[in-house]
Amino acid sequence: MTEAPRRTALDATHRALGATMTDFAGWDMPLRYGSERDEHVAVRTRAGLFDLSHMGEITVTGSGAADLLDFALVGNIGGVAVGRARYTMICDAEGGILDDLIVYRLGETEYMVVANASNAQVVLDALTERADGFDAEVRDDRDAYALLAVQGPESPGILKGLTDADLDGLKYYAGLPGTVAGVPALIARTGYTGEDGFELFVRPADAVALWEALTEAGKDAGLVPCGLSCRDTLRLEAGMPLYGHELTTDTTPFDAGLGRVVKFEKTTNGGDFVGRAALEAARDRAEANPPRKLVGLIAEGRRVPRAGYPVVGPDGAVIGEVTSGAPSPTLGKPVAMAYVDAAHAAPGTAGVAVDIRGTHEPYEVVALPFYKREK
Amino acid sequence: MNNPQQLRYSKEHEWLSAAEEGVSTIGITEHAANALGDVVFVQLPAVGDSVTAGETCGELESTKSVSDLYSPVDGEVTEINEDVVSDPSLVNTAPFEGGWLFKVKVSGEPDDLLSADEYTAFTG
Repeated sequence: MTEAPRRTALDATHRALGATMTDFAGWDMPLRYGSERDEHVAVRTRAGLFDLSHMGEITVTGSGAADLLDFALVGNIGGVAVGRARYTMICDAEGGILDDLIVYRLGETEYMVVANASNAQVVLDALTERADGFDAEVRDDRDAYALLAVQGPESPGILKGLTDADLDGLKYYAGLPGTVAGVPALIARTGYTGEDGFELFVRPADAVALWEALTEAGKDAGLVPCGLSCRDTLRLEAGMPLYGHELTTDTTPFDAGLGRVVKFEKTTNGGDFVGRAALEAARDRAEANPPRKLVGLIAEGRRVPRAGYPVVGPDGAVIGEVTSGAPSPTLGKPVAMAYVDAAHAAPGTAGVAVDIRGTHEPYEVVALPFYKREK
Repeated sequence: MNNPQQLRYSKEHEWLSAAEEGVSTIGITEHAANALGDVVFVQLPAVGDSVTAGETCGELESTKSVSDLYSPVDGEVTEINEDVVSDPSLVNTAPFEGGWLFKVKVSGEPDDLLSADEYTAFTG
């Protein structure tokens, strides 16, 4: 027996728009409305509207909330200012990545942790277990929020007409409560597309009204509804890791080239946090014997590398593995993220190819990201 | 979904035109093109290749996945659509017209090819 897929508050809206739906982590989500390439280009050049209500929100409150999160996560969460957000990870005792997260500090003693849909239960369970002994409450708020994202260069202009919130004062990776189109929202300047944009956490009952208001406000600016398919190519071009691809429980943050998110200099809990000893070892290992590095690959041809395809060196030996690959609408060529042996990881390394179903297709090694917006 | 009446269809979602002097044109259906999403690369058989009904003769690469291309009939490839090789999006925009894939001098065909109405019911 498989459970029926969960549907977001915007389900009927997506169907009315003719979306192609797909199962994603137990949710029935829009994959695309028309052409995923057109949606991708809209986000890069104008604006796109996403339903991300499948993401998992967990609220952590109480006088010990900061201490709990410092202990449970690898980042320095107590150091996040009220109204700001931080990208961080939750690891197991062996240093393996359970999920990557964004943590918003909503108040002095209130945080919202946003987990990937596929890992929301794992994160909730881990936080609940790790809260033992802390004066903090971990609350499952997955059903309390719908999440809409407006992404793209036109997004500030679109939102400005709908809110009194001070968007100019809202920095990247910050969030503040406000009202958008008359509905209460947590307005965050975050996203997963490489563009300027906003994520709006609202009550599910308000989701349709907000979607319609954003659609109307964005009409003249060329805003279009966007599905998960273009979200994946957008984040790939922006070099952003995806759980299950670049990040897994078999990978520590150091192995993923994201060791900078691990903060060993914590002042709370005597500096202790889950995974500390294993992560120290992983750091030392990475310094002494560089692990495979996460690099970008750009195709010379047109065949598309897929996750799991081997990366091969000049002599045909396997030197790595593709973790994500897609045709890049912005570059006009297939691109991939891949873990590659350090000896072949330098940009411009000659003779690197991807084994695409038996054929070695030449690829150029580049530094990530493939795309960076002009500020 | 629009499935032209004058064509026949395979359960692998290829269409096949009526033979002219023994040669049929082959493409994939609008249903298949929609399911694939934006097609970005096509690998077609070479002119002169023998193809066999139900067997792989190329591949279609879209944003999210790669799919095998099957031949709906036995025969010899007489022509491939160079336009679709240079602009694979024709498969999406004109699957039954400019997005045709290859032509085959038909030497045999399976007995389970579908009419337009049968294919419409099949893809229901």
